[in-house]
Order: sequence, then C-alpha cells, then structure tokens
Amino acid sequence: MVKKSLQRVYLALIFLFLYLPILVLIVLSFNNSKSRVVWGGFTLKWYASCFSDETIMNAFFTTMQITLAAAIISTIIGTLAAIGISAMKKRNRTIMLGATNIPLLNADIVTGIAMMLLFVKFMNLGFITVLIAHITFDIPYVILNVLPKLNQANRYTYEAALDLGASPLYAFYKITWPEIKSGVFSGFLMAVTMSLDDFSITFFTKGAGVNTLSTMLYTELRKGIRPELYALSTILFLLAFLLLLIMNYRSNKDSTAISVRH
Amino acid sequence: MRKSFLTLLFCLVSCGIFAACSASDSDAENAKNNNTLVVLNYGKYLDESVIRMFEEETGIQIKLEEYESPEEMYTKFSAGSIDYDVVCTSDYMVERLISEGKVAKIEFSSFSYYENIDPEIIEAAKVFDPEANYSMPYFYGTLGILYNTTKVTEEEVQTWNVLWDEKYKDSIIMQNSVRDTFVPPLRLLGYDINTEDFAQLDTAVQLLIEQKPIVYAYYVDETADEMAAGNAAMALVYSGEAAYAMELNEDLSYCVPKEGSNLWIDSWFIPKSSQNKENAQKFLDFLCREDVAMLNFDYVYYATPNTKVLEQLDDETKNDPTIFPSENILANCVVYKQFSKDTTEHYSYLWKMLKSE
Amino acid sequence: MYKIKRQFLAGPYLIWIIGFIILPLLFILYYAFTNDTGTFTLENVTAIADPVHVKSILLSLKLGFSCTLVCLVLAYPLCMILSSFRFKHQSFVVFLFILPMWMNFMLRILAWRLLLSNNGLVNAFLELIGIGRVKMLNTPTAVVFGMVYDFLPFMILPIYNSMVRIKDDIIEAAHDLGANQLTILMKIIFPLTLSGIISGVIMVFVPALTSFVISDLLGGGKVLLIGNVIEQEFMQGTNWNLGSGLSFVLMIFVIASMALMNIFDKDGNGGTAVW
Repeated sequence: MVKKSLQRVYLALIFLFLYLPILVLIVLSFNNSKSRVVWGGFTLKWYASCFSDETIMNAFFTTMQITLAAAIISTIIGTLAAIGISAMKKRNRTIMLGATNIPLLNADIVTGIAMMLLFVKFMNLGFITVLIAHITFDIPYVILNVLPKLNQANRYTYEAALDLGASPLYAFYKITWPEIKSGVFSGFLMAVTMSLDDFSITFFTKGAGVNTLSTMLYTELRKGIRPELYALSTILFLLAFLLLLIMNYRSNKDSTAISVRH
Repeated sequence: MRKSFLTLLFCLVSCGIFAACSASDSDAENAKNNNTLVVLNYGKYLDESVIRMFEEETGIQIKLEEYESPEEMYTKFSAGSIDYDVVCTSDYMVERLISEGKVAKIEFSSFSYYENIDPEIIEAAKVFDPEANYSMPYFYGTLGILYNTTKVTEEEVQTWNVLWDEKYKDSIIMQNSVRDTFVPPLRLLGYDINTEDFAQLDTAVQLLIEQKPIVYAYYVDETADEMAAGNAAMALVYSGEAAYAMELNEDLSYCVPKEGSNLWIDSWFIPKSSQNKENAQKFLDFLCREDVAMLNFDYVYYATPNTKVLEQLDDETKNDPTIFPSENILANCVVYKQFSKDTTEHYSYLWKMLKSE
Repeated sequence: MYKIKRQFLAGPYLIWIIGFIILPLLFILYYAFTNDTGTFTLENVTAIADPVHVKSILLSLKLGFSCTLVCLVLAYPLCMILSSFRFKHQSFVVFLFILPMWMNFMLRILAWRLLLSNNGLVNAFLELIGIGRVKMLNTPTAVVFGMVYDFLPFMILPIYNSMVRIKDDIIEAAHDLGANQLTILMKIIFPLTLSGIISGVIMVFVPALTSFVISDLLGGGKVLLIGNVIEQEFMQGTNWNLGSGLSFVLMIFVIASMALMNIFDKDGNGGTAVW
C-alpha cells in the first residue's frame, strides 16, 4: 500500500516537472501587463485580441499548414521507408539508418544553414523550402517509431498472405497495418511536435513574409513577447489536451470491445 | 479497417491540397512584378499601420521580413536567399555591405521629404557611409547603463568602473554580443572602441575576465524584462531597450558614463540585387514624411533623426536623455566601424576565451 | 522475392536522403576542409585542439553525461511504475509525454527562468521548507536542469516501450522458481530493456551534446558549450569554415559514441535509436 502511494507521488512529481512551465505560461496569458515579470491583474483581453491580430493569425495558419503537411508527407514517406528498410539486408539497412541519424545528430543551426545553402542554388526561398526542410527532419522520427513495430511483427504472415493469393495492398491492410498502426501514429505525433517546435531550421529556410509562430516569437523578443502569443499557445495546448482526452476515452471503448471478443 | 483507410485517404487528399496551395504561393513569389516590395527589418521596428498606409497610397504590396540580430541578417542576406528590396540594419553592418559592393546608391534628389532628416545625424553617419549616398538614418541612440535607483546611485554610474564593483556581485547584466561588451573596458583603458590593436584588445579582455565572476548574466533581449523585474541592479543596454524597461518599472534610470560610449545609427539601404529600386526609394521617401515618421516614433520610441517630428514633441519628451542624447553625450560617443577580417576573428576568439573562463 | 519488392518502398526516402541529407552535408564538408579563399586546409578541423575549444567540448561532455545520467535515473523507475499500470493504448502514454512540447520550446524555457530566478517560485518553495534560497539561474546546474527537462521524454519513451514488451509469464516463471525482486530486476527486466536504455541514452546524449539554446537561456551566456562555439562561428564571427570544421568534429564524436553504445546492443538488428 505504501509502495503504491509512493509510486503515485513519484509519478505526480515527474508530471509536475514536465507541466509546471506550461502552467506558468497559462497564468501569463491572463496577465494584464505587457511584461512577463510584472503581474498586472487578471484579464481575458489577450484571448480576444489574438484572433483579431493579422500577423499572429497569419503565422498561426502558416504554422498549421507547414506542420500538418510536413507531418503527413513525412509519415507516408517514412512508413514506406521503414517497410522497405525492414526488408533490406543488414549492410544496406545500416547505411540507410546511418543516413537517417544525420539530421538527428547535427546541430539544428548547421542543418539549417546547410539546407539554406542547398536551396539558394536551385530555388527561391519560400513556403516550399520550409516544408521540405521540415519533412527532412520529421522523417527520421517516423522511421524510428515504425521500424521497431515492424521488427516485432511476424515477417512471414505477410508473405503467407501473398502466397495464399491476397493482393499486396490487401495483405498490407490485413496483416502489416494493424501491427504498425500505433507506431505510425506516434511517429506522426512526433513529427507534428518537432515541426511545431522548430526555430533554427525554419529561420534559415524561410522566404520573405513566411512566418511560423516560432520565428515570429524570436523577433518579438526585442520589445517583449506579445501576451497574445501566450494566449494562442494556451489555446493550442488545451486543444491538444482535449484531443488526448477524447482519444483516450474512445480507445478505452475500443479496447473494451476487443476484450469482450476475447 | 475501413476507418483507417478513410483516414489515409483523407491524409492523401489534404496533402495534395497543401501541395497545390504552396505551389501557387511560390509562383506568386517568383513573379517579379512592379507591385511588390520586400522589406527586411529588425523585429517590431515599424508601425504596422505605416505598411497599410503605404499600400493604400501607392498600390504597392509590402512583404515584411523581420530578423533578430544583424549577424543573422547578414547570413541570410549574403547567401542571396531572398531578393530583398530595402533593408534596415545597424551602422557597422551597412558599412560592411557597402564595402562588399552589395549596396546600391540612393537617389536622394528624387525624394520629397529627405530634408526632414537632421543634417547632423547624416553627418555622424558618414563614419560608415562617407558620401551619405548609400544609406538613410532611421533611428539612433547610445549604449549605456540601465540602473535601478533603489540599488545604485546616480553618481556611481557616471563611470564604467561601477560594472567592476564587487558590491554588485550577481546583479550586473552585460550584453551577449562581443562588441558592446568590449566598450566599457576599452573606454576605461582610454582606448578607441574601434581599435584594431590586438595588444589593446587583449588588455581589455583581461578586465572582462576579471569581471565575469560578478556578472549575473550575458543577455541579449531579455535584459529589459530582467531589469524591470528587479533581478539585477545594473545592465549594459541600448538606450531603446532602456526606455522600454523604464516604462515597466519607475525605479529604473539610464546613464551614459563619462568615459564615453557607442552611438548607434540604424539605417536603411537598398541592395544592388533589388528588383524594385524605384518602389524602394518611394518607400524610403514615405518614411521621411512627417506623419509617417511620427507614427513610427510613437511605436518604436527611439531617437528619430526627423526634425519635423522633433518640432512637434513636447519639451518633456524632447529633453528625455534616455531617448534623445544630449549634445555633450553625443560628443563623447563614437559610431562602430567595421573591422578587418583578422580583427573580427581575433574578437571572436577573445569572446570565446571570456565565455569559457 | 517479396523482400526485394518491398525494398523498393524505401525508394522515395532514398531519393530524399540523397537530395536533402547527403547533399547539404557535402556543403558542410566543403566548408570544413577549405578556407575562405577556397583552398584545401585541415586547419578548421584541427582547431578543435585549441585550448578554448577543448575546454568547451569537455564541458559539453560533462554536462551531457550528467544530463543523460539524471534522465536515466529519473526515467527507469518511472517506466516501471507506468508499465505496471497497463494502459491499453501505448500512444496515450507517448502523447502524455510529448504534449508539453506543443508549447513553444522557448516559451517553456523562459517560464523556467521565471521559476528558477532568485525571487521565483522554486526558491520561494525552498525557503518555505527550510532549505533557503539557492542561486540556480545562470549556472551550469541550471543548464543541466533545462536539458533534463527538455530531453527526459526521449529517455522515457524508448525504455517504456521496451518494458511493456516484457511478457508477464516470464516474470511469473521467475517468481515461481524462487527469484526475489532484485534478481528479477537484474536478470530479467534490465537485460530485456537494455536496447531501450541504449536508444534512450543516445536520444538524450546527442542533443545534449550539440545544444546551444538552453545554455544561452538558462546559463545566462556564461556557459560556453561546443554548440555555442559553432553557433558563434556561424552567426557572430561569421567564420563558416571554422563553424563547419567544428561541426564535422562534433559529428565524429557523436558517431563514435553511438558506435560505442552499439557494442552493448546485442540485438544488432539496426535497432539503435529506435523506440
């Protein structure tokens, strides 16, 4: 019993550690002062004004477009790549995984500048270049999430299905997809997260007038961060949180369904 | 199963839509028509209504790109990544780009409002633009000490020496940029802030290494907020930041020590690579116009070189030493010059030495 | 036969690797091995031996090790607790740990600055429980703290994933055969989660080694990591050749440490950095 409560306390402490700064930011979004270090009373006005601010909204929509598009494209390319890699011989697999690790182990700023140097040789910087850059650093996260699921899966079931006359696509849906589904999903989530959070690479690969929330935030530092950004971040965070709750609720229902069948 | 298939389909479709959207975006970018102007500026350094006014009056569409430090700007600019039409940056960076042959001459004769710019500031700007035909001053100010009057007295901050006072251990904020942090030791030693003498620089860095244990932090942008929160007693800042911090906290005050300091002039220039030089000139002329300059002054609240704006200000603002440095302070301040490559590298090395101490 | 066909699915990615990973890397290599006039030189790479650079890389290694160790010590018991809860859907747990990252990184670090500052919440709490105020901000400790905060999920997720894979029957069997808790932990759970630990260590150690933003924001610019040196060479000193040379050395370091870790990874099925 003591052990159980100790466990709970430990869990709570870790979550406090991870979520404490977010609480601070949520509190700041209600702060009636432009400075983050001075408390000027409670207000909701930043929530109202963040939606009427054209630059913030532009940055928000650009962020959403880039994040979603990059995550979706990288999930598709990455999942296909993982399937391909899992079928490779050891040597080729090592080479592919080695290359996959490069974006992860280079400092962001180096990746950013290297990509900028490449892009300016062939095209104008703009929305597309940011998208390509994001896809590039997203794919490794997808692969690293999907590959272990594939390694766990039984390699021969898929081939057996083909031998029994299933079309490759049908066999994929029936056999492979259920095995790797959760890996694909968490890979997608990681990709979204990484895209949302990136500054350095976006900064160097973006063209004039393209602004994500991160790059916008950095230019704000000079004269203090606009409180509207705290408000918008809070909304974004709460939406994601809500999504999590719904997901959990729904998956609980799903899993009961499965256990009934058992 | 069907559900996951639908999800995948949805993904693919939205993917296509995104790709299509973005493709049309970049097409628009590639089309070089006469009706756009790509402006590169410091973050929050231009009133947004000014952009709208200009767009309405001229029909020219403005694309604003903002950056954080001159070095970032230089990296992006010199990679030739975007064809900027008009750029605002700091004095020494203007000089560097002029010396690299990347700046186009501005036809001030075609301007209607250039005469609003204070000739004295144009004169001062000749340090980095000798003929005054490559750049147009936008805002200017000084480098000095922002201090908390409850912790530090006015007499104390008359000299840079106060930044070495053990009494203020852990409550001094320095700038996290090489050149600015070197100003106090160089001036204390009586050296020129533009010195390229390695021996002098080596002496200066020894002073900074001595100072490091009592420094609270080397910050760039967070200084104003930290000072407003009362986390430190003194900070080396630009006058513009000082003004912002003083708005937030009444106890703060600003002073330029008697040994002298740096005078900075942020200026506009038109890159040679600009595709819309005429529009760029129209834009610069527009910025000189009295009402526009006034809007920008109200928004940025740094010292403006626009005499027409100055005339309209009340005495209190005009005589505020934080915004408008007085004659004798100005006489004591020097504009940064761009260093040779060797000196830049030596500076960079000394900076690493200080930081790794 | 099927395998060969399946390999082609990696085709688009192969093109992507060549175009957007290898090609940019070649640019960096070019800069690393030339000087500003474009002639070949090893100077930028050997510059790592300069005392200033040696100092900063040693500091980076030190902070990187401490951060990895703290993450491991925090994450391992946490994962054991989490896996005993038996969530039906693993993605839920994954999401719980990456959700904080949906708030902008810099905003979160700035929030920590508020919390850690001399008159911040953490110090107020320390005073309340009688420890007294501690100067935390702008010290190497604060940098490690920030790194642990930022990278902890990357340690938790792989370990958690390897732990939920352990079948209950194995542990039960060990119990039946008379093993005590410690033996079970050392002989069963630990070896079976080793590959997860290795992935976690790499996923934490690598970004900790190359990071520069955290040391700037929480170290008050007083802590010079090798990442800061590279950033400075690219941004302030504008010596891209030196910056590239040092990045190249750093990459070698990272690859070497990964290879070292791989010796412990007996599976060897390309499972490094996998989670």
